[in-house]
Amino acid sequence: MSTLEIKDLHVSIETEQGAKEILKGVSLTINTGQIHAIMGPNGSGKSTLASTIAGHPRYIVDSGSITLDGEDVLAMSVDERARAGLFLAMQYPVEVPGVTMTNFLRTAKTALDGEAPSLRTWTKSVKEAMAELRIDADFAQRNVNEGFSGGEKKRVEILQLELFKPRFAIMDETDSGLDVDALKVVSEGHNREFSRGAMGTLLITHYTRILRYIKPDFVHVFVDGKIAEEGGPELADRLEEEGYDRYLTPAKA
Amino acid sequence: MTEMTEKARIGAPSAAPVIDGFTEEGENLSPLTDNSHRGPLAGDSAKGHSHGGGVGVPDSSRAGRLTSYRLADFAPLTGREEDWRFTPLKRLRGLHTDALTGAAPTVAVAGPEGTALPAGVRVETVGREDGRIGVAGIPEDRVAAAAWEAFTEATVITIPAELQAASGIIVSITGAGREAAAQHTVIVAEKFSKAVVVLDHRGSATLAQNVEVDIQDGAELTLVTVQEWDDDAVHASAQAAKIGRDAKFKHVAVNLGGDLVRITPTSRFTQPGGDVEMYGLYFADAGQHLEQRLFVDHAVPNCKSRVLYKGALQGKDAHTVWVGDVLIRKEAEGTDTYEVNRNLVLTDGARADSVPNLEIETGLIEGAGHASATGRFDDEQLFYLMARGIPEETARRLVVRGFLHEIIQHVKVPELEARLTDAVERELAAGNN
Ligand SMILES: Nc1ncnc2c1ncn2[C@@H]1O[C@H](COP(=O)(O)OP(=O)(O)OP(=O)(O)O)[C@@H](O)[C@H]1O
Ligand SMILES: [Mg+2]
Repeated sequence: MSTLEIKDLHVSIETEQGAKEILKGVSLTINTGQIHAIMGPNGSGKSTLASTIAGHPRYIVDSGSITLDGEDVLAMSVDERARAGLFLAMQYPVEVPGVTMTNFLRTAKTALDGEAPSLRTWTKSVKEAMAELRIDADFAQRNVNEGFSGGEKKRVEILQLELFKPRFAIMDETDSGLDVDALKVVSEGHNREFSRGAMGTLLITHYTRILRYIKPDFVHVFVDGKIAEEGGPELADRLEEEGYDRYLTPAKA
Repeated sequence: MTEMTEKARIGAPSAAPVIDGFTEEGENLSPLTDNSHRGPLAGDSAKGHSHGGGVGVPDSSRAGRLTSYRLADFAPLTGREEDWRFTPLKRLRGLHTDALTGAAPTVAVAGPEGTALPAGVRVETVGREDGRIGVAGIPEDRVAAAAWEAFTEATVITIPAELQAASGIIVSITGAGREAAAQHTVIVAEKFSKAVVVLDHRGSATLAQNVEVDIQDGAELTLVTVQEWDDDAVHASAQAAKIGRDAKFKHVAVNLGGDLVRITPTSRFTQPGGDVEMYGLYFADAGQHLEQRLFVDHAVPNCKSRVLYKGALQGKDAHTVWVGDVLIRKEAEGTDTYEVNRNLVLTDGARADSVPNLEIETGLIEGAGHASATGRFDDEQLFYLMARGIPEETARRLVVRGFLHEIIQHVKVPELEARLTDAVERELAAGNN
C-alpha cells in the first residue's frame, strides 16, 4: 500500500497585484485503494491543489508538505513526480502540435517504465484501451489533443490513466463537459484501473453526477482554499440537495 | 477553373506584431467578389500597397525587379532595399562591397557516402566562356551579380537525357577560408532524366554563389541544398531554376549552420505543365541570421507550385526571415499555387519574420493561396508532456522533431534524412547547454 500525504499546504501564485494566496492550509491523506472526492465551488482552489501536486511551476508552495510514502514530492521535478506514480488528468488538456498520440504514448510509457514497452503487447493494449473508451482508431495518428473536442480530450486523459497505471490518479473535473454516455465510458475506464487494487484516486468535481459511477470513500468540501467539511459518501448527497451555499456565507464574528 | 476577380498584391506590411517580438506580415487571400476591380493587376493603384521599390528596383512588383549580369547595374546597398531590409549588411563580411577574390570552396562530386558517382552523370569544370553559363539564371541582386562577375571557373553537372540516376549525386562544397569568394554551379537535367542532387555546404567560408538549374522537358530533378557550415560562415546563394515542359522540380533548402545564410531560390516556369515543390527547413541558434527568399514565377499556363518552409528558433537574437514571392502573370492561366511558412519559437529573444507575397495578374486560375504562422513552444505543452513522465529535454525534442520532420520526409535521400534528423537533434541539444 502507498500513501500520498498532504500536510498544511499553503500555496500562492504571482499576479500583477503581487502574490495571492490560494491554498490556505490543506491537509489530506490518501491511500491506494481509496477514492477521495474533492468538491467545491468555482474558484475555491481545487485545480490549484491538483496542479501543485503535479508540480506546475506557476504555483508557489509557501509552506506545508506533500509526501509519497515519505518521499518529498515537492523536491521532485514534474517528470519525476509522474515517474514516482502521480498522474494528473487535467481539467484542460493541452494541445501539442507535431506530436502524434502514438509517439507521445510510447515515449511517456518508456519514460515511466525506464524501458521501452514490447512493441506488440503495447500496440495491442493501446488499441484495446482505445476501443473500450470508444476512441476512434485514427486518433492514434493525430497530434496530441489537437482539434479534439472537450469530451475527446477527457477520454484521452483516461486512456493515459489506464495505460500508465499510476499509483495515485488526480482527476480534475474529468466529468465536466461530458454527456451521460461519455461520463459512463470515462468512469468505467477509471473503475477498470481502480479495481486492480493498486491505485488511489483524488476525484475533483463540481457536481455529484460522476459520483454515481465512481463511488467515493471520502468526501472533502473545499471552500476558499481550505477543506471546510469532511465525511463519507453521504456528504455528497447532502451537497446535492443543499449546494455550497451554507459554506459561502460565513458568519461574521 | 475558378474565375477570380482581381487582387493585386497581398503582403502589405501589417501593423501589430502577432506575438511580442515578432512581426508577421501578409494577410490571407480572401475570395473577392467585387467585380469593379476586374482587370490586369499591376496597375498603379495596386502598387500603392506594395512594400515599395527600393534603390535599383524600377518597379515594386516582383515582375519588375532589376536583373543583370553586370555588377555596375546594381547600386551599392544601403539596407533599405526591399530585398535587403532584413539582412544585417555589416555581417556580410564584404560580400556586397568587396571584390570576391578569395579562394573558391573546393567541390567534390560523388555518390552518397563517398560511393561512386551514379553511372552516366557527367561532371565538368569549365571556364566562364562555356555556353551553358547563363542558361537558367540571371542575377537579381548585387551580391549575386558580384559573384557572377568574379567566378573564374564553374562546375557543370549533367544528367543525360532519359537517364535515371541510380543514386543521389552529392556535391560536397567545402569552404576554403574566410576571404570573400565567388562560386558558380550549373546543373543540367536533360530531357526525361531523373535525379537527386545534393549541394552539401560545410566548413568555413565567406561565399557568394550562383547555382543555375536547367530542368528540360519531362525531366524530374530534386535539388537539396544543405547549409551545415561552421559557426562563422557567411553565405549568399542565388539558386535559379528554369523549368521546361511537363518537368518536375523539387527544391529543398536546409539551413542549419553559419553566422549569416541568405538563400534566394527561384523557380521559373518556361513551358506549360511544370510542377514545382519547394521545401525549406531552418533552425536558427543564438545570434544566427538565416534568411530564405524564394520566388516562383508562373509565367506560362497550367503549372503547379507548392511551397512549405518550416523553421525553429532558439536562443537570443536568433533571427530568421522567410519571404515567399509568388507571381502569377497574365499569361499563366490555370495556375495552381499554395505557399506556407511556419515558425516555432523555442525561447525568448528570437525573431521570425515571415512575409508571403502573392501577386495575381489573371483571374483564370485553379487556385492560389498562402498561409504563415509563428508560434511559441509554450510552457503548458512542456508541463503536459513532463506530467506524463517525459524529461524536459525529450519533451522539447519531441515537439521540434515533430514540427520539422514533415520537411525531412520530403528529402527522399535516406542517408540525408538520417543526417538531417541527427542535425536537428544536435541543434536542440546545443541550445540546452
Ligand atoms: N493565473 C492566475 N491568475 C490569477 N488568479 C488565478 C490564476 N490561477 C488561479 N487563480 C485564482 O485562484 C483561485 C483558485 O483557482 P482554481 O482554478 O484552483 O479554482 P477551482 O476550484 O479549480 O475552480 P473551478 O471549479 O472553476 O475549476 C481562483 O480565485 C482563481 O481566480
Ligand atoms: Mg478547476
